[in-house]
Amino acid sequence: MLPAELKESLTEHIASVDHPRELVVDIMFAIQDQFGYLSDEAVEEVAQLLNMSPLEVEELATFYTFIYREPVGKYVIHVCDSVICWMDGYESIRDHLCNKLGVEMGETTSDGLFTLLPVCCIGYCDRSPAILINKKVYGPLTPEKLDDILENLRAQG
Amino acid sequence: MTYPQVLLQNRKPDRIATLEEYQQSGGYQALEDVLHNYSYKDLQEVLIDAVLLGRGGAAFPAGMKLRTVAEDAPFPRYLVCNADEMEPGTFKDRVLIHADPHMLIEGIIIDGYGAKAEKGIIFIRPEYESAARILEREIKIAKEAGFLGKKILGSDHSMEIVVHRSGGRYICGEVTAQLNALMGKRPNPQQPPPYPTEKGLWGMPTVLQNVETLANIPHIIRNGVEWYKNLAKTETGAGTKLFCVSGRVNKPGCFELPMGVRLSEIIEVHAGGMPAGSEYKACLPGGASTRYLPKEFYDIEMDFDPMREVGHRLGTGAIMVFDQKTCLVGATLNLTEFFARESCGWCTPCREGLPYIRDLLLRLEEGEGREEFIPMLQQMSKHLWSSYCAFAPGATSPVESLITYFEDEVREHITQKKCPFK
Ligand SMILES: Cc1cc2nc3c(=O)[nH]c(=O)nc-3n(C[C@H](O)[C@H](O)[C@H](O)COP(=O)(O)O)c2cc1C
Ligand code: SF4
Ligand code: FES
Repeated sequence: MLPAELKESLTEHIASVDHPRELVVDIMFAIQDQFGYLSDEAVEEVAQLLNMSPLEVEELATFYTFIYREPVGKYVIHVCDSVICWMDGYESIRDHLCNKLGVEMGETTSDGLFTLLPVCCIGYCDRSPAILINKKVYGPLTPEKLDDILENLRAQG
Repeated sequence: MTYPQVLLQNRKPDRIATLEEYQQSGGYQALEDVLHNYSYKDLQEVLIDAVLLGRGGAAFPAGMKLRTVAEDAPFPRYLVCNADEMEPGTFKDRVLIHADPHMLIEGIIIDGYGAKAEKGIIFIRPEYESAARILEREIKIAKEAGFLGKKILGSDHSMEIVVHRSGGRYICGEVTAQLNALMGKRPNPQQPPPYPTEKGLWGMPTVLQNVETLANIPHIIRNGVEWYKNLAKTETGAGTKLFCVSGRVNKPGCFELPMGVRLSEIIEVHAGGMPAGSEYKACLPGGASTRYLPKEFYDIEMDFDPMREVGHRLGTGAIMVFDQKTCLVGATLNLTEFFARESCGWCTPCREGLPYIRDLLLRLEEGEGREEFIPMLQQMSKHLWSSYCAFAPGATSPVESLITYFEDEVREHITQKKCPFK
């Protein structure tokens, strides 16, 4: 399933380290970057590349917050819901996002652009309420600022 | 009030300090000095004398940790830099890496020398992708400048550093869970013995330190133990501390202040005071796994010992400030949600106990609480102390201290059959 070029670079990387298993998260991320998420097939692929069992890969894939085992949108929005963002009103940010995008937390818009997910403290409490979009931070947020951000992303498609 | 800036001396609003800038401020002189004039045992001794205590939350003496690596321990040995920083409220390591990455790199190389470790690994959370990229780029630059690689600066010490990205889970910040994560295993904690300094990564001796701890090391070498101890305001303390302040303050941020500076000064002077109409009610002084610090401790010296003396912990020094208008039952519910979600699920008291506590708090917050919930919360918190790792006792800190200091507020939820703040 992997494009030949990607497979080659991953194989090379794996051959260059003492303990291939240490790369399992990197390999999962690399494949996820290519396809957006980690499909069943991808789990098998990771296992084969690293000489692990698919089950060993699966227990990691489902453990980590930033590995997605289901299809996600082009932009994955992680909304911080930990205590400082809670104090600063993350709930209104979350509700505004849900209304604006017409989806619930955990869902993806029908145009495949946006996925909403909760996340715990992302380490930007000095900029709360804060969110991550594709691992890039935005904050402190207001509903107006959110509208601008969403519009910009939509314009980029 | 301004104090000497050590760790953040080269901080700029919009970019990192370059290698040249770091060197102009004295950077990499300590490395040169250590490699040529110190035995690895000398180095351990200096760090012990300087009372450099771990900044990741547990306050273990850094020099002692190096010393627990046995003289005849096998090779390769590893040095892991913990940049996971997932404790809610904490963002100092992020600020430090974005200010002066070479300070951390120099700290890692010197600490590596103290353990005769030739392989350094920086374990970093995925939310800090920009910091991970900075580090990868600057590690290359340090290598080109001869500070990394084989026989550094003509000495016998060799070292390589790699950046390891986490997939993102709070428990990965705990030492033994982090080692499992690094080995591509499910990041469950592992109770010692064996201790990581004896059998850690791939069964080899492994020293693990927090980012801020490591960044202190070059300065201790360059300026001496006495200078370092004198930075602190307290008699027993040493050095500066990066305090992250968030919540109900006018200027949230990360401030480098003397160890032992008073909480009131941090809030009023450095974090710009509290907003108009807000009064101090409590703070969590060192992340989500510390206890609420009520008004009676408003003037406390923020250092490990003074906090311990009154039954509290400095933790990571991440101060989250709550005002009189904030419901602490609601805050504790939120914190318990965090811990329930992030529990690794390995042992039963933690996996089952946290959702139980969350449920009691949720019912209290929704006005469905009963008087017997209060002793139930206390009892459940106690049960969690028999969990497998330090995660669970930390998780009970807000709950237990809520009842110790704010029992009346909890009871109001019961008698009024609603949250009095809503
Ligand atoms: C649940 C849990 C989470 C932790 N998370 C972190 C973390 O994110 N960063 C960190 O440096 N230490 C964290 N620690 C503390 C580490 O286990 C360890 O004590 C520390 O990294 C050692 O470095 P130090 O001595 O330099 O502080 C955590 C501990 C526990 C129990
Ligand atoms: S206390 Fe919690 S985090 Fe620690 S091992 Fe048990 S389930 Fe995992
Ligand atoms: S609580 Fe939201 S970034 Fe820390």
